[in-house]
Amino acid sequence: MRIQRMTITLFIPCFVDALYPRAGMSVVQILERLGHKVVCPKEIACCGQPAFNSGYWAEARAVAVKVLEHLKDAETVVIVSGSCGAMVKNFYPQLFASTPQAELARQVATRVWEFSDFLVTKLGVTDLGARFPARVTFHDGCHGLRELGIKKQPRALLAKVRDLQLIEMTEAETCCGFGGTFSAKFPAISTAMGEVKCASAIETGADYIVSNDLSCLMHQQGLLSRQGSKLKTIHLAEVLTGK
Amino acid sequence: MTRDLGHRQHIRAALRNYEIARDKRKAAFQDWQAARQAAAETKWEAVNHLDQHLVELVTKLESRGTRVHWAGTGAQACDIIAGIVRDRKARSIIKSKAMTSEEIHLNEALEHAGFDVVESDLGEFIVQLRHEPPYHIVFPSMHLTRGEIRELFQRELGDAPSDNPEELTMVARRVLRKKYIAADVGITGANFAIAETGMISITENEGNARLTAALPKTMIALLGIEKVLPRLEDLALFLPMLATAGAGQPMSGYNTLYGGPRQPGECDGPEEFHVVLLDNHRTSLLADAEQRDTLHCIRCGACLNVCPIFRNVGGHTYGTTYSGPIGSVITPHLRGLQDWKHLSFASSLCGACTEACPVKIDLHHHLLQNRRNASDQKPSFFERLAHRAFAVIANSTVLWSLGKKLGWLFQPLQRPIKGTALDPAQAWTKTRDLAPIARESFKDWWRKRK
Repeated sequence: MRIQRMTITLFIPCFVDALYPRAGMSVVQILERLGHKVVCPKEIACCGQPAFNSGYWAEARAVAVKVLEHLKDAETVVIVSGSCGAMVKNFYPQLFASTPQAELARQVATRVWEFSDFLVTKLGVTDLGARFPARVTFHDGCHGLRELGIKKQPRALLAKVRDLQLIEMTEAETCCGFGGTFSAKFPAISTAMGEVKCASAIETGADYIVSNDLSCLMHQQGLLSRQGSKLKTIHLAEVLTGK
Repeated sequence: MTRDLGHRQHIRAALRNYEIARDKRKAAFQDWQAARQAAAETKWEAVNHLDQHLVELVTKLESRGTRVHWAGTGAQACDIIAGIVRDRKARSIIKSKAMTSEEIHLNEALEHAGFDVVESDLGEFIVQLRHEPPYHIVFPSMHLTRGEIRELFQRELGDAPSDNPEELTMVARRVLRKKYIAADVGITGANFAIAETGMISITENEGNARLTAALPKTMIALLGIEKVLPRLEDLALFLPMLATAGAGQPMSGYNTLYGGPRQPGECDGPEEFHVVLLDNHRTSLLADAEQRDTLHCIRCGACLNVCPIFRNVGGHTYGTTYSGPIGSVITPHLRGLQDWKHLSFASSLCGACTEACPVKIDLHHHLLQNRRNASDQKPSFFERLAHRAFAVIANSTVLWSLGKKLGWLFQPLQRPIKGTALDPAQAWTKTRDLAPIARESFKDWWRKRK
């Protein structure tokens, strides 16, 4: 199959940039190895979701308008997070409704892809030649799962990873309790939800919780580290670059 | 409640059983998603033409001798019902389960007026004995163990042979049978009201609503105006749907249609039949184009059952009549946005509720709208300032880069005070570790690479 070379604009969310650069590097590595050109506008830091979810839509627009400005000419945008992907793809049209950017927000939304969805649905690629000798369980981030309908894509990718064993947990689709500012506004509830999630993951006997959403993993890893658990969390892209 | 691990375990186990049963019943539908769509469309039609359907309903009801009362507020509905009871010189009232009556605090109003009110639904009977509100809109006493119910019956009724559910039910039944016979007035809620035929549809599993309607001379049905369905045939979808989503049943045990008082030549039914139609802020929901679909709600409780918040905090924590996601969405409309906005913020917005809702209410997005409305109406000074400051930093490559560097530099200082009151991130770090800021961020790496 001849690969048509694309220019892919990578959107690295704020917390991935600061806390999880390796996930971003893995995404770059994968896309380039598939023969595509990757660009990453340095001006974009955040999608504006924290303010949006807190009800401060004007403040969210102040951040989001910058995103629109720099994605305006991008033909294909890949976001390394289901949650930020849902923000740009599903919520920007609402956030910018009846503003001068309404049309632009609608257009940009159609060109945005979450990373695993992009590989499987858009590129039709599942086997990246990766090897990852471990037992893993997969966490479905709520935004990826319910806003973007991503369930099979990451599993199709994991199925082709050599020496990897996927063990599904019973609570795979249950929210881990992160929820952005919710986790700091209601820490007791958020923690209780995270405990349920982590217990379910531990029950599988897996070595890693894999997800396409690092914000959820940040929450789960935070709890697991505090509990002294040996279970680790890792982004899907890092599994897919395993050798 | 989040610290009560035993309670959380108990609720999760109960709801796990519900999920298994529900999935089995959902699979029996030819196409559950198509059924949801059809139900949503029917409800949309009903709600968007409520004016016509209500007139049709009332005309049909009155043509067979039913007395229809309109109540703008909860207090008016209570007054109307207390007035009917007083006019009949009645003393004792038997009630079947009705969340609408909880919403308007009908029992308190009737007791205050000097009447005896007894709940006849087993779960409601139990929570009434405990003087507490229902824990869940469909399973009022799901928070209690058999042992706790046995102790309650022993204490309040002086009779509880064992923990066996059947024996406990028999105890309640013996008490309740006498109450039915003694009652002068029966009060029910309603699940649906059929405009086409002028009928009230009541769904239940214990037969208690039938006895409540059949034995006393006077029957009063209290229902919100949004309960209207256009056609009788709509029940062919809504009855199995309610049973499936609500309790994981193919159909509820008893589904009864009430068309009016006893007609000449009929051998049973109440002598008088009253229907109280309640607004209580439903028309303000109707006026809100964004959230009008909340009037689709059939009070099945499916959104509560799947909600990870509900599962971990329990029904009583909400402090509202309607708990769970639907309660968090509508309570600010029913009881004031600023007083109840916290419910809309107490959500991770996971969307499990929206996915479960059989009539496709956009629940978790309505929570976002409530948050927006609350913050627009009364912004928090500090929160807004924080979001504005963040916008400035995020929009400047220099400040953003500097912020990361400073964060990396100062993060070792946070380690010794981690999780303590001195820690500025205590809300997070009390129970969770912070992810370390990377020495080289993605953007640093990207810049160097080029």
